[in-house]
Amino acid sequence: MQKKRSTFLFSMLCFGLAFLYVPIFILIIYSFNYSKLVPIWGGWSTRWYTKLFESPEVWEAVMLSLKIAFVNACFATLLGSLAGLALVRFGRFKGRTLFSGMISAPLVMPEVITGLSLLLLFITLSQLIGWPSARGFTTITIAHITFSMAYVAVIIQSRLSGMDESLEDAALDLGAKPFRVLLDITLPILAPGMLAGWLLAFTLSLDDLVIASFVTGPGSNTLPILIYSRIRLGLRPDINALATIMIVTVAIGVLLAAWIMWRQDKQRQRDRKLAAGDSLKHDLDD
Amino acid sequence: MSQAAETVDRPWLDADAQPFIKIRGMTKRFGDFTAVDNVDLDIYKGELFSLLGGSGCGKSTLLRMMAGFESPTAGTVHIDGTLMNEIPAYERPVNMMFQSYALFPHMTVAKNVAYGLVRDGLGKSEVTKRVDEMLDMVELGDFSKRKPHQLSGGQQQRVALARALVKRPKVLLLDEPLGALDKRLREQTQFELMNLQEELGVTFVVVTHDQEEAMTLSTRIAVMDQGKFMQIGTPTEIYETPDSRHVASFIGSTNIFQGFVVENKPDHVLVQSRRDDSLFYIDHGLDVQENAKVWVAIRPEKIRLSKTPPKKAGPNQLSGIVQDIGYLGRMSTYKVKLTNDKIVEITHPNQVRPKSGEHLADWEEKVYLSWEPTSAVVLTK
Repeated sequence: MQKKRSTFLFSMLCFGLAFLYVPIFILIIYSFNYSKLVPIWGGWSTRWYTKLFESPEVWEAVMLSLKIAFVNACFATLLGSLAGLALVRFGRFKGRTLFSGMISAPLVMPEVITGLSLLLLFITLSQLIGWPSARGFTTITIAHITFSMAYVAVIIQSRLSGMDESLEDAALDLGAKPFRVLLDITLPILAPGMLAGWLLAFTLSLDDLVIASFVTGPGSNTLPILIYSRIRLGLRPDINALATIMIVTVAIGVLLAAWIMWRQDKQRQRDRKLAAGDSLKHDLDD
Repeated sequence: MSQAAETVDRPWLDADAQPFIKIRGMTKRFGDFTAVDNVDLDIYKGELFSLLGGSGCGKSTLLRMMAGFESPTAGTVHIDGTLMNEIPAYERPVNMMFQSYALFPHMTVAKNVAYGLVRDGLGKSEVTKRVDEMLDMVELGDFSKRKPHQLSGGQQQRVALARALVKRPKVLLLDEPLGALDKRLREQTQFELMNLQEELGVTFVVVTHDQEEAMTLSTRIAVMDQGKFMQIGTPTEIYETPDSRHVASFIGSTNIFQGFVVENKPDHVLVQSRRDDSLFYIDHGLDVQENAKVWVAIRPEKIRLSKTPPKKAGPNQLSGIVQDIGYLGRMSTYKVKLTNDKIVEITHPNQVRPKSGEHLADWEEKVYLSWEPTSAVVLTK
């Protein structure tokens, strides 16, 4: 009976994993396909990778996406952290509920609406004050900051509410003025949260298609926009190659993160043993 | 002992002594809730003063107002003659040890202890010297390079203490200093804390909910409830002569009998129980009318328990049936049900090792209770 159930569970696990990962493997395999027609296998080749690197269009899109993602991540982290601090540390100021609602609104707002409303804003602004004169890097970055700072604010908020408030009181008590407390205590403790927020904002921006395609202008193609516009004209093998590169990059990132977390965990275990060992010795000495 | 010598140890008895911390009319309201309600308090130099009370009684709020983390709704606080109300926490000559220790997790032990000195702009060599001195004092010299999470609870507590003392504050505020330690370590640390305080001569103000801790540590205790002081006194005064039922039952356990005064003479009072005719003879006078409603409190350890009836009938005698026996090792607790159904608690030290299962009295056995006229207190509120 026990055996039977575990076979069932095991087959369900295999099925689930296959459902998630088989398509990705197929994509990777087909990126090495020689044939120009995606569904027809024409033997192994890396010609699409070469072709991809030869195309200036793809390089431009990658660089634009990375540039937007980087600037967006920095601004979103700064603004999101400030918003999180205001929400958790400044008590019940006037309009707090409204502020908190408005901070988290972009999380639930459909992307189409965010994109459309920002587009309308940019058009109105350019008619009124002549800025932005053209849509592209600036407008996409601004649009990305508006929604990714909401994610950062949420991360910072949860990190701050988990933080012992008496740490800040203690620093104050030891003679640090409020701004020093922020620099010496709050920011270093928030740093992991801010790093996580930065990475999230970076990925969100790299990933975004809908909002970017609303607020972009002619000639400014981010990577997702480029991929989507090419796919629309039919399956293309060089896109498979591009996708494979992205998957490998992400996989390396994930493995790296897992390795760092594993090392931290080991370190924590060592620390715990160290602390426990000392108190035991202390007890026996008495 | 001469009068002068006595007031050195007990400055609160000296009418001329200047309080080191002077609190007047202190009130703190959070919305509709009054956390601290118009309290006055004098704490003298070198005292180890405890604020004792259950959770939500306002003791922590009072402490935080002394530290400068909360501003009072009304009232003043003077420390060493200076009005503190407008002085921010980072400029007050007080330091605080937090219940959670609040050690900075990203700094080593040495950096934690040094933080206050660095903020004061002391030179590097002076900082190192004082940090080393302080860490040696709390016996953590070998641990200065560790991070807080690499220390045991007891070690963390000592780092927190060192960090709070290294700036040589005029007053050290301690919020539940031993609350996070296990019982054995707590008892040991209590005495270390007392010795340290005596050595340094710093005034300590301790907030605690643990009455045993307060009794052991303190020169004086303030018992708090609902933002007010119920009683302020030495541990002996608080325990032996509580002035209200609340204090009597909050500190230790006690048996309280309701009654009315039948005889009130300068040297004694006679109180008759409301439930039956039993009489309580207490050897101190009382400032109340005859027939006034009062309560008599008797501590469990002050009641004698016997299987034989007393030789002659009189006041301060009760009888009942043993309902429960609790063997606690160093003593046993007996719960005796009186004829009027009231349960009286008696504790009896186990001076000789009892044979297994043998007690002073057995379950369901009839026993007689008696006590000295000096043992009970009469409470009017």
